[in-house]
Amino acid sequence: MYQSIMVPVDLAHLDALEKPLTVAADMARHYNAQLCYVGVTTSQPSSVARTPEEYEQKLKAFAQEHAPDNGQAPTARVYNSHDPVTDLDDILIKAIVDVGADLVVMGTHLPHHIDAIMPANGSKVAAHSNVSVFLVRP
Amino acid sequence: MDNKPDNPPDTQSESVGVPAPEGAANLIDTDYKIGQDNYQASPMGVNIDIHGAVFVFSSLIVLAFVILALALPEQATDWFGAAKDWINSNMTWFILLSANIFVVLCLVLIVTPLGKVRIGGASATPDFSYLGWFSMLFAAGMGIGLMFYGVAEPLTHYGTSLGGTSMGENGMRTDWAPLGAAADNPAAAYSLSMAATIFHWGLHPWAIYAIVALSLAIFSYNKGLPLTVRSMFYPILGERIWGWPGHVIDILAVFATLFGLATSLGIGAQQASAGLTHLFGIPGGNTTLVLLIAAITAVAIVSIVAGVDKGVKRLSEANMVLAFLLLMFVIFVGPTLLIATGFFKNLGSYFTELPFLSNPFARDDANFSQGWTTFYWAWWISWSPFVGMFIARISRGRSVREFLTAVLLVPSTISVLWMTAFGTTAINQLQEEGFEGAKNADLPVQLFEVLGQLPLAEITSFIGIVLVIVFFVTSSDSGSLVIDTITAGGKIDAPKPQRVFWGVIEGAIAIALLVGGGLAALQSAAVAAGLPFTLVLLVGCYAIVKGLMSEPRGK
Repeated sequence: MYQSIMVPVDLAHLDALEKPLTVAADMARHYNAQLCYVGVTTSQPSSVARTPEEYEQKLKAFAQEHAPDNGQAPTARVYNSHDPVTDLDDILIKAIVDVGADLVVMGTHLPHHIDAIMPANGSKVAAHSNVSVFLVRP
Repeated sequence: MDNKPDNPPDTQSESVGVPAPEGAANLIDTDYKIGQDNYQASPMGVNIDIHGAVFVFSSLIVLAFVILALALPEQATDWFGAAKDWINSNMTWFILLSANIFVVLCLVLIVTPLGKVRIGGASATPDFSYLGWFSMLFAAGMGIGLMFYGVAEPLTHYGTSLGGTSMGENGMRTDWAPLGAAADNPAAAYSLSMAATIFHWGLHPWAIYAIVALSLAIFSYNKGLPLTVRSMFYPILGERIWGWPGHVIDILAVFATLFGLATSLGIGAQQASAGLTHLFGIPGGNTTLVLLIAAITAVAIVSIVAGVDKGVKRLSEANMVLAFLLLMFVIFVGPTLLIATGFFKNLGSYFTELPFLSNPFARDDANFSQGWTTFYWAWWISWSPFVGMFIARISRGRSVREFLTAVLLVPSTISVLWMTAFGTTAINQLQEEGFEGAKNADLPVQLFEVLGQLPLAEITSFIGIVLVIVFFVTSSDSGSLVIDTITAGGKIDAPKPQRVFWGVIEGAIAIALLVGGGLAALQSAAVAAGLPFTLVLLVGCYAIVKGLMSEPRGK
């Protein structure tokens, strides 16, 4: 049913991503789909990588390590952002088209009061995209 | 990720799929992980990610100063005023000399092979278009000041120059005229006043910003250190920058930025309010000021939440268009020919007077060199961590030569044009038309008085008010981003609520100080903070040269 599953990954907060990563891998096995890991980084040095290139290498390594062994080689794609905190949703919406994904599996937090001013990532992605979006709560 | 033995991070090898190794730069080898000293939590569903020491101590110091300024406004004004006076009378030579060093270093770097080094690695590509980049750096660097002083400063120097020199009993000059003044000679007084104004708004301020911006950019993009002020101390302090010496530098940067911003926001609010009174008869006073600051801070927060590309970049570009229109209007409706010839003449008198105006030693014009020049230099320097860091953030992918041309030469040229247009118009009104309204008005109103003498006064004055307000918003916005990054240990992607917090704090400080009095006290404090920061900048000069020498040079 699905050929290409996109998984947004934040290498700085991997501990919070265990569930969505597992779900994505399970679904990829089930549908024999290809996984595409998408990361967003800055030009400035960050806690994960000191250059955008280093980030890309780390995400590629991460993809090789986490993708299921279902014969579909995983891909990794890094987007550079001036201001990832605000641009994340827009970048992910663009990435869905770029990687040709037909399903997005992403982690999100539980809904709470501040969502009215600053919505959780995920809701906007689902609202602005044609593909199915699977939001995985912690 | 770092601890996985089967996948060692290999930063030096070329990654697959990346056409050129943008990181063909000389990364500094450090074990420090950005954010390793940070405190992360989610109280009540709000995520925070802050550098414990820097955030806590800068918040406490800021709070203490605000309370002090509100509780003992007179004493605080006296203390900080005394500090400022001491700096003015004793450290003028040091500050003037340092500023000259910054200009010379920048000009030398443009022409030497070091100018070929590219910020962000040999094959890095720029993050922003020329227009967006330039609009943002110009709006952050001057903005409100050009609106405030564009008319006021040439007019003031013109008046004092015309008045000639006068001696006090102790043999010190009591007049405020620059250099030897130009008693009863209107043409010479015009040249001198424009040269002095351009001196304060030309190469020197932009060189001050460029030094901070360039050293931060090199140590962040080329050396891989976090984007905070402490990083430029790496060549001197080494790994110690991660400890208390580094904390102190960052706290000082937050302090200077916050109070520099708050006082500048105070000036902006006063001018916007004066304009509204002038134009619509809206009564001035504290209520208007508080409402203005609150409303403008609210707009700033919307812009902060929208992010760099959708917020500050768009506003800066819109403001550049508006400012350009206002400038063109003044040029064409004002004394066009005088402005056109004045531009080149003033440029000439600027370069003729430059050696004398920038001379740090044995100055006769104590009031001018201390009260104006030193005040300005200390003011620019106390702003430099904020403007410099913001410029650094948006300048990846530019070569050093390109960077210095855009940060030093282009804005200086625009300043010359701006000051010539507004100054010539104002002086011409006074000299030829005998209009004394602007000369006798308060500083914040002078711009509107001059615009009032031109056609379409309502429209241009309204545009003037809008410009002040939008420059206010962009300063508050970029300032919040910078303070948030410093207090998050150099993290660009710290949670959004923190930026909102700093935006609110800036507005609150500006309101508290305007209403409670004490704005003058903190203005003095911000200027006093310029002195230690001059040392930081001198270190920056050393760091730039040292850093650039070890970089691969582009084609």
